[in-house]
Amino acid sequence: MAFISRGFRGRRREDADPSRVPPGQYVTSDFPVLSAGPTPHTPLDRWDFRIVGEVDEPRTWTWDEFQAAPHETVTVDIHCVTKWSKLDTTWTGVSVDTLLDGVATTAGYVLAFSDGGYTTNLPLADVTGGKAWIADGYAGEPLDPEHGGPARLLVPHLYFWKSAKWVRGLELRRDDQPGFWEGYGYHNYGDPWKEQRYAGD
Amino acid sequence: MDALDGNAIAGQLVVAFGHEMTTASGVCGRCGGQALLAETNVYLRAPGSVARCRACDNVLVVMVEVRGYTVVDLTGFSALEPA
Amino acid sequence: MVELVEQTRQTKSIVLDPPDWTGHRAGQHVDVRLTADDGYQAQRSYSIASAPEDQHLELTVERLDDGEVSPYLVDELRPGDQLELRGPIGGYFVWERSLGGPLLLIGGGSGIVPLRAMLRHHLATASDVPVRMLYSARSLDDVIYREELMQAGAEHGIDVRFTLTRKQPAGWDGYARRIDRDLIGEVSWPAGERPLVYVCGPTPFVETAAEALVGLGHEPGRVRTERFGPT
Repeated sequence: MAFISRGFRGRRREDADPSRVPPGQYVTSDFPVLSAGPTPHTPLDRWDFRIVGEVDEPRTWTWDEFQAAPHETVTVDIHCVTKWSKLDTTWTGVSVDTLLDGVATTAGYVLAFSDGGYTTNLPLADVTGGKAWIADGYAGEPLDPEHGGPARLLVPHLYFWKSAKWVRGLELRRDDQPGFWEGYGYHNYGDPWKEQRYAGD
Repeated sequence: MDALDGNAIAGQLVVAFGHEMTTASGVCGRCGGQALLAETNVYLRAPGSVARCRACDNVLVVMVEVRGYTVVDLTGFSALEPA
Repeated sequence: MVELVEQTRQTKSIVLDPPDWTGHRAGQHVDVRLTADDGYQAQRSYSIASAPEDQHLELTVERLDDGEVSPYLVDELRPGDQLELRGPIGGYFVWERSLGGPLLLIGGGSGIVPLRAMLRHHLATASDVPVRMLYSARSLDDVIYREELMQAGAEHGIDVRFTLTRKQPAGWDGYARRIDRDLIGEVSWPAGERPLVYVCGPTPFVETAAEALVGLGHEPGRVRTERFGPT
């Protein structure tokens, strides 16, 4: 049993409506930068976003094509598995539903892949139905590279490691393939409201 | 985000291996580069700690703490010798 | 914890007497873990600032304005408080007199901390290894251990040089810029002397120094580096 450090409170925490804070989380107004590797800097004229795998035919968007796709602005709460939650974050991006529009697939799963080799897996049902975006803007500005720019996956209803930074595409799959952190023992699904941080939770 | 180096995970390595590991010498499985664990690029601010090859960014070490256990993956090395 | 000593406006030394402490090597660090009363924990590594020969264990902590742990350690901690420590840790970034030299210590900002431990060890053991130190800080007010290092220069024959990168006092005749290859070349022994070099500080500082040293012909195996940064 660790002893208590007198007077230590940790990062400045915000008070928040408890119904918005999943179990075990603290609310912050900071936006910590977490990364497993160096920040990639893919030039926009070489960037593309691809839908591949179990699809009738792969789809690709160049940056210009992606910019031309209909964008939405959403305000959501985000929850990191390292226990920090940030409420009312505003993002701009293209709904994954828009990108999957017209794609014929028998896939039940998705593996998101990013520059630098990061991957994360989700059920297809969790990136459709208005639950996920490819986000290229945050707080009214273009998404900063440190926070995943030019574009990242945004899936706010799951722990934020599922919102892959520097995303370059989605591989639609019939079988579920654990991504980077999932392979090391993080929960395969990651619902913050059920506190699904680690496999077996 | 600037990387740190293997010194930053020295304590975690001791917990996982039971002894000093920053002077362990490894060969990167991707580029063949040789380095001491202290001389890798380490990213700490994540759900786990990741050490990458300084020459080619290949992931060499991943350490994740899950319910009191430390999961360690060293498979990015093709060879690793303790000090 | 025994005592708190203010070093600069932003840094404080924490002097400790851990029970069962079996000693350490200059350059090693400890991991400090703090636990809030709701169970929240945070952990950081801090280099040991004292030599193995010193009576107490000393840590020097720089307050990072947006830090989580350092503001607590610098502003809140009081004599009599306890700290949970793990260590000593590290086998790479260590110097002891048996390793010989010549010894070149290059520190940026709070990177001076483990180098100061090495210097203290050198002095405490009356080592005859030649030592040079290059310390980069923003201004004289930001130089940690200022009197001690200047005394080492004046009284103990250690070649201590400072470079003050943002503000210099009137009449300053030392270096006044960020480290670069020329500066390092001037301070360092020639590569042929095969000095043991220890570089510590923020990542960009360390990378600039390491690149400069290798460019000057120093063997990479004789240049040891430790990067500091926010965690």
